[in-house]
Amino acid sequence: MYGDNVDTDVIIPARYLTTTDESVLAAHALEDLDPSFASSVQEGDVVVAGANFGCGSSREHAPVALKGAGVSAVVASSFARIFFRNAINTGLVVMACPEAVAATEPGDAVCVDLAKAEVRNETKGIAWKPEPLPEFVMDIVRAGGLVPWTKGRLESQRS
Amino acid sequence: MAQTITEKILARRAGRTDVEPGEIVMCKVDLAMANDVTAPAAVTAFNKIGAPRVWDRHKVALVASHFAPAKDIASAKLMTRMRAFAIEQEIEHFFDVGRGGIEHILLPEEALVLPGEIIIGADSHSCTYGALGCFSTGVGSTDLAAVLATGEIWLRVPESMKIVYSGRPGRWVVGKDLILSVIARIGDDGARYMAMEHTGEGIAHLSMDSRLTLTNMAIEAGAKSGIIPPDARTFGYIAERQEATGRHSELEPLHSDPDAAYAQTLEVDVDAIEPMIAKPSLPSRAVPVSEVERMKVDQVFIGSCTNARIEDLRIAAHVLGEEVVAPHVRLMVIPATQRVWQQANAEGLLERFAAAGAAVSTPTCGACLGAHMGVLGPGEVCLSTSNRNYVGRMGDPTAQVYLANPAVAMATAVAGAIVHPDEVRPDVIELEGALVG
Repeated sequence: MYGDNVDTDVIIPARYLTTTDESVLAAHALEDLDPSFASSVQEGDVVVAGANFGCGSSREHAPVALKGAGVSAVVASSFARIFFRNAINTGLVVMACPEAVAATEPGDAVCVDLAKAEVRNETKGIAWKPEPLPEFVMDIVRAGGLVPWTKGRLESQRS
Repeated sequence: MAQTITEKILARRAGRTDVEPGEIVMCKVDLAMANDVTAPAAVTAFNKIGAPRVWDRHKVALVASHFAPAKDIASAKLMTRMRAFAIEQEIEHFFDVGRGGIEHILLPEEALVLPGEIIIGADSHSCTYGALGCFSTGVGSTDLAAVLATGEIWLRVPESMKIVYSGRPGRWVVGKDLILSVIARIGDDGARYMAMEHTGEGIAHLSMDSRLTLTNMAIEAGAKSGIIPPDARTFGYIAERQEATGRHSELEPLHSDPDAAYAQTLEVDVDAIEPMIAKPSLPSRAVPVSEVERMKVDQVFIGSCTNARIEDLRIAAHVLGEEVVAPHVRLMVIPATQRVWQQANAEGLLERFAAAGAAVSTPTCGACLGAHMGVLGPGEVCLSTSNRNYVGRMGDPTAQVYLANPAVAMATAVAGAIVHPDEVRPDVIELEGALVG
């Protein structure tokens, strides 16, 4: 769990931007904010954070590093817009839900269902229904990201 | 229906008569930009999409800026990938080392961004171009790849925040101080997802260089874009740039309707603004320089897409005068583009900086993002004219970064500690093209 304004420079510092290799980026995810993150994160973990998560640089390396480290979803009070787009485009699940952030403690089991627009804290037995993503954006999610979505769009234009 | 300048631009490029905030529209793009950090991943995604050619090779700009000139083998490989793509796709606007510089200062200089257009850049400071009256925003590499393949992008029409500036900037006050004072008021996400529209007589007094700084830092308030409705000064600047580059295109400027709806309106009294300084580690921690204690610094950085235009270097040189850089301070001066470098050289500014003990470099983003050319070590204190002072932004996570305008930066380099420019230059000065006195 992290606070407000977790910027993309701390998610993945520029000194690692000379690579686009997911495993290298993953090894340094969040290291300037939480040096123990990369070694302690477990496959499927959910990152919970405050407002304006992912602010700053447009580096797509940020969601790629988190996903590569095993993070299955980020639940934050709010997201910076470029990070949010990058997450949708690269297949990292993101959900804005300030109520869930306020009620969750480190170590709680949290489950995010994008299709149902639901966040559940299994430890505390509470579920929230934040505002769902626009149907247009859900289409990109269902397609598996912006690359297959755009590919499909070009193919349908050709036929 | 009454609309803002942003809504009108998006509607026109979406083939619609009007659009409303919150709706998602598909818009045609006038220029797509990527740099050496974002282009390689965009090329990979573009190849996966499977389009054989970019949608329009005349509407793509690729710029070697962040790690340029290549700082190591890995960054050289990134630039090789971008270069190969530029050649293969016959990209018209490819700016390699020695021919370009920092994209956000370069593209307006090259007359490649014009009023009424939509510019999509794979770099968060792509909001800068809005100073010319266009809609411009930053995206990641995959979004950029989709634009390269289709020439279109989906956009959620942003709510607009109208910022009305009254009065006239005082001594040492430039665009940087206006935007830092706004961010201090509204917070790091105060304009999240919004278009910041800067208006009022205070803007009329600002030079184009200062206006570009104002829109450059829209992203530091979480905004999607920053925009300044084009006026006589804008058109004069564009005519000059078109003349210099030989790029003449029709202009299609748009303006907000007087009764357009805004989600929020902010009034700013420019007369009351002093030179500002943002304390570590958020831009919103900005206060007047006079309120900051005399903190010793290890490095001063005058550069970046925020403040490395010719006006910035003239102001810095003016503050420097015949002084020298304080003995324990390292001063890095990095002109933003090849043209700025040449102009500063012709005016004798670079020689003056070098003679005073500054390290003067070829254009690069370099130190701003802790990439190279002035990376900070543990516990070091830096005053920077750039846009972000986040933890680890310029190097070691224990380094401390303060943000300010070029006058404060040079005064600090001379004094060896953070000071108001008046302390170094108490005499009143009027600089041509820059509002300093």
